[in-house]
Amino acid sequence: MRLEVRIAGFGGQGIIRAGLIVAMAASLYEDKNAVQTQSYGPESRGGSCRSEVVISDDEIDFPKVTDPDILVVMSQAAYTRYAGTLKSGGTLILDPDMIPQQQTMHDKRIYKVPATKMAEELGKTIIANVIMLGALTSITRIVDAEAMKKAILSNIPKGTEKLNLDAFEKGYEYGKKVLEESNA
Amino acid sequence: MSEKNKAILTGRHFFSGDLACAEGALAAGCRFFGGYPITPATEIAERMARRLPQVGGTYIQMEDEIASIAAVIGASYAGLKAMTATSGPGFSLMQENIGLAVMTEAPCVIVNVMRGGPSTGQPTMAGQQDVMQAKWGSHGDYEIIALTPSTVQEAFDLTIEAFNYAEAYRVPVMIMMDAIVGHMWERVTIPPADQIKIVNRKKPQVPREKYAPFKPDEDLVPPMAVFGDGYHFHATGLTHDEEGRPRTESIKTQQTLVQRLCDKIRKNADKIIQIRETMLDDAEIAVVAYGIEARAAWSAVRKARNAGIKAGLLRLITLWPFPEKQVAEVAKKVKTIVVPEMNYGQLVREVERAAKTTPVTFLSKLGEEPHKPEEILEAIKGGKH
Repeated sequence: MRLEVRIAGFGGQGIIRAGLIVAMAASLYEDKNAVQTQSYGPESRGGSCRSEVVISDDEIDFPKVTDPDILVVMSQAAYTRYAGTLKSGGTLILDPDMIPQQQTMHDKRIYKVPATKMAEELGKTIIANVIMLGALTSITRIVDAEAMKKAILSNIPKGTEKLNLDAFEKGYEYGKKVLEESNA
Repeated sequence: MSEKNKAILTGRHFFSGDLACAEGALAAGCRFFGGYPITPATEIAERMARRLPQVGGTYIQMEDEIASIAAVIGASYAGLKAMTATSGPGFSLMQENIGLAVMTEAPCVIVNVMRGGPSTGQPTMAGQQDVMQAKWGSHGDYEIIALTPSTVQEAFDLTIEAFNYAEAYRVPVMIMMDAIVGHMWERVTIPPADQIKIVNRKKPQVPREKYAPFKPDEDLVPPMAVFGDGYHFHATGLTHDEEGRPRTESIKTQQTLVQRLCDKIRKNADKIIQIRETMLDDAEIAVVAYGIEARAAWSAVRKARNAGIKAGLLRLITLWPFPEKQVAEVAKKVKTIVVPEMNYGQLVREVERAAKTTPVTFLSKLGEEPHKPEEILEAIKGGKH
């Protein structure tokens, strides 16, 4: 089965790294096939940015995402551009504080995770992507939490392990909570 | 850990095409990198800058791409396996000295992670617009070898092979990797050192004073001494005889040299050319593709087969020398050929030439995204008889 994930926001939010961590977790720590591709503008900060992951049990032919099953958006521009590309019945995870203007979409499962605000509470805005990864893991179960944690640890600077794992746990618990609320 | 062990990171990794390319170079024995950073090839320079000192190699950041390729030629003459990595604008600047590398038969590897052109174009967006430049960018008649990976594993494997070809034929070898593959991350398996085939340049078998640096063996390739090791060694960009002395007015020398520089590649084309055939045995429609477009084409061919259409894929790994015979053989079997490229019509001309009377449909894509498999599928359906 082929699963397509698109993560989008702006440069500096750790969007590309987030996709890379998902793909690495699936590929190296779960032994599935996975590929990550990326697209960004010439600006290192603030420009539009997206990261795409394909996960499959089979060999992956086309590595780009065309009809995402899962969409994670962390900016208004990314929401406006990509919300419509999500498959009917697909999962949309968004940061509501970054996206003031939202439309109603009845055919999609929508989960709101205030990752940026939660990251501020942890004292580091740049950790919002890892909070989002935690929520993505508990909401979608695309990869196992342990595999995800291993991939996070191999992608971060030394000395930031606790901060990153705390952020992941926080996101994971928040994701579990919104999932339970939506199922209730 | 010994320097050799550090150079070959045996095991499973998650790499981008750029990183895999750098690790392939180190595994092949590359110990010199001269370059100038440019998107989307910068990650190769970064990796080499960090890794080369760990294995006793040298990384030099030059003032520009003209100096970069000059330094690479110098390092190659000093006996090292040497490389540079760039993108379109830098590749254009390198063209004159690529001619010098061809003329002085300096083994080297030049990576072009292709972005959108012309000129500075779209720095962060992918293209396949430099594939003809790889063959024709410098002046005069010459032949080079150009390879193109479709997967990250192949970026590793082909970089090793690029060094092997460069050493075997004393020729610049280009890796033409579109920016999607360069920035794409996938699993890579690096084998143990003893399972990696390494080719080294032929050393002279004659006394130092009798060495003629451009006197070929039967395979048309001259053995290569290390410049400065005491061998008689003159090298020049001017037309030269077997001793390396300029012969700027000798018609015979010009003919002999230019023909040999071309023929050492042309006559070994069957040994050099690599292609992959998928589902072509009974195919009525063939897609000919390379790089990222070959991944889209593979998906399209699978979809076509599921729909009962007899389609197959000829994936070109070697772009130059062009796999003329291989394309001609496929053209004889099928009714029509589809060629998707991320440019406005380049390698398709070579395919048309080789395909002779078999009709060829060209699909152009400009600006970052490759063809969607569905777009290639539509062309396959359009070509269904």
